[in-house]
Amino acid sequence: MDKNIKTEERFAQPANVETASAPKTAKSKLRTSPASAPRLGVEKTYKLYINGKFPRTESGRYFAVTDAKGRIVANMCRASRKDFREAVVAARAAFSGWSSASAYLRGQILYRVAEMLEGRSEQFVGELTTMGLSKRAAAQEVTAAIDCIVYYAGWTDKYQQIFSSVNPVASSHFNFSILEPTGVVSTIAPQEKCLLGFVSEIAPIIAGGNTAVALASEENPLCAVSFAEVLHSSDVPPGVVNILSGFRDELTEQFASHMDVNAVIYNGEDMNAIKLVQEQAANNIKRVIIRKKPAAPDPYQIMDVQETKTTWHPIGG
Amino acid sequence: MTQTAPRTETIAPAPDHVVSVDQVGIEERVARLGSRSIKKSSKVQALKLILSQIDLTTLEGQDTPGKVRQLCHKAMSLHDTLPDIPHVAAVCVYPMMVAEAKKALGDSGIHIASVATAFPSGMATTQAKLDEIKLAVAEGADEIDMVISRGKFLQGEYQAVFDEIVLCKEACGDAHLKVILETGELGTLDRVRHASDLAMHAGADFIKTSTGKIQPAATLPVTLVMLQAIRDYYYETGRMVGMKPAGGISKAKLAIQYLVTLRETLGEAWMTPEWFRFGASSLANDVLMQLQKQQTGVYQSGDYFSKD
Repeated sequence: MDKNIKTEERFAQPANVETASAPKTAKSKLRTSPASAPRLGVEKTYKLYINGKFPRTESGRYFAVTDAKGRIVANMCRASRKDFREAVVAARAAFSGWSSASAYLRGQILYRVAEMLEGRSEQFVGELTTMGLSKRAAAQEVTAAIDCIVYYAGWTDKYQQIFSSVNPVASSHFNFSILEPTGVVSTIAPQEKCLLGFVSEIAPIIAGGNTAVALASEENPLCAVSFAEVLHSSDVPPGVVNILSGFRDELTEQFASHMDVNAVIYNGEDMNAIKLVQEQAANNIKRVIIRKKPAAPDPYQIMDVQETKTTWHPIGG
Repeated sequence: MTQTAPRTETIAPAPDHVVSVDQVGIEERVARLGSRSIKKSSKVQALKLILSQIDLTTLEGQDTPGKVRQLCHKAMSLHDTLPDIPHVAAVCVYPMMVAEAKKALGDSGIHIASVATAFPSGMATTQAKLDEIKLAVAEGADEIDMVISRGKFLQGEYQAVFDEIVLCKEACGDAHLKVILETGELGTLDRVRHASDLAMHAGADFIKTSTGKIQPAATLPVTLVMLQAIRDYYYETGRMVGMKPAGGISKAKLAIQYLVTLRETLGEAWMTPEWFRFGASSLANDVLMQLQKQQTGVYQSGDYFSKD
């Protein structure tokens, strides 16, 4: 799929993204005055999502994304390390509010995300079919993504009970362990399953009270970037999820090296990149999670980005 | 440049003798200066200069001797792993805390600045204000940050404001006097210019934008107007006056824009801690983080820098 991407200095002319709600056959009906002129489609500008806003990349760079037939679909922001820096600042600022929100509230907000995605499912099916999936496979992926969010929404007020413990100790202490969110988590989302893979990354991170900076699939970033619109209309506070599109080559090192990031997740099998992530993460002893295959929904995904706090409380006398 | 002329004026400059400010022009000039990109070694130089110009400040109702000692310690050793960084210019505290700061700073060479004159409102009798200044100086303050009476200024009682600054300057003795205009309450750039002229003619060693308790605090347009007033006053009298923007400058990038504005308005001679200060508390850590970034190439986290 690599050859689907080509860097353009100038804007490329995008073809229409086919969506289920606006099929090509409807084109003639969309004509407006003057009667002789065909209506020009209003193309979506795919932008970054940082701190609840949709900025363009500060670098001014773009790359073209092409559909399964090689036609240019959109110009995608090619995020720079400074965009990443801004995203981390936003994620850090959002952390105290989000991590102290009640588990119930986080669950409600995740349900809301699922509701919004359900309402926009046709848009996502359209984007997935544009990129070469069959309509059936696309619908399945969107449904699975919605279900994934609902799954983690349910876990928000349950994982603490499952993973916390009261520990037997050989002294007069009441000893117990509870989970606390790791902090700001950067994640390089899977290349495949551009919607489901992305959602499966984000949901467990934020379900556990962390904030996230995510790099969308480089090969097919459409759905991840559109998913920002879903988050934006779902009561997810600004900065809790920040989404960048761009090149893995450029950004992997930044995702792993930033001192204000507490955990980094890398999805992929490129051993050089994995080595780089592990080396750079060592600077501030980040938690490093390498996933060679997209993760299936599972409460251990939440556990991956939690810290265990153990308390020794004196009893008796 | 030389220091000249003991002040001889006794009459406040009236508003119609003051240059009126071209607001649109000021904003355009500031926008252009703000777009300068300072990189690499120039950036490192600028960051170190900023550190040396900071008045590390704590002016809260909740200040305690312990907090002041902590601030003084921070002022003396900003960040141990960075080599060759200067210490800050001064710590800025309430008069009650001057003795504690004096004890903590010892002979480190860091000045002690104290706000006085019923900071931040300035609502007190002149005698009470003068007593407060004398107390702070007696306790060991090297610099006094006074507030002008904005109420009187806005009422048009310029001479009263002028006379009060003259008396405060006398009460300071050897200590430097910084005059806070509280530009956020003055409303227009014309009044900022007028208040600047008034303060300088009354004998201010520094003019300072804000207390930090009122929004907006320091802004680049206000700072540029005050710098221009300093320049014109210098051409008129040959006396250099210092400038201190304070409040709301918490990022290194913004502080560099202030330096660019300073350099382009007053030139090299003012680019020292003696003539330009930043009143700030969280700016120091951001500058340190930028210096560390320049050294390591990696973006930094506040977790690894001491709180201030």
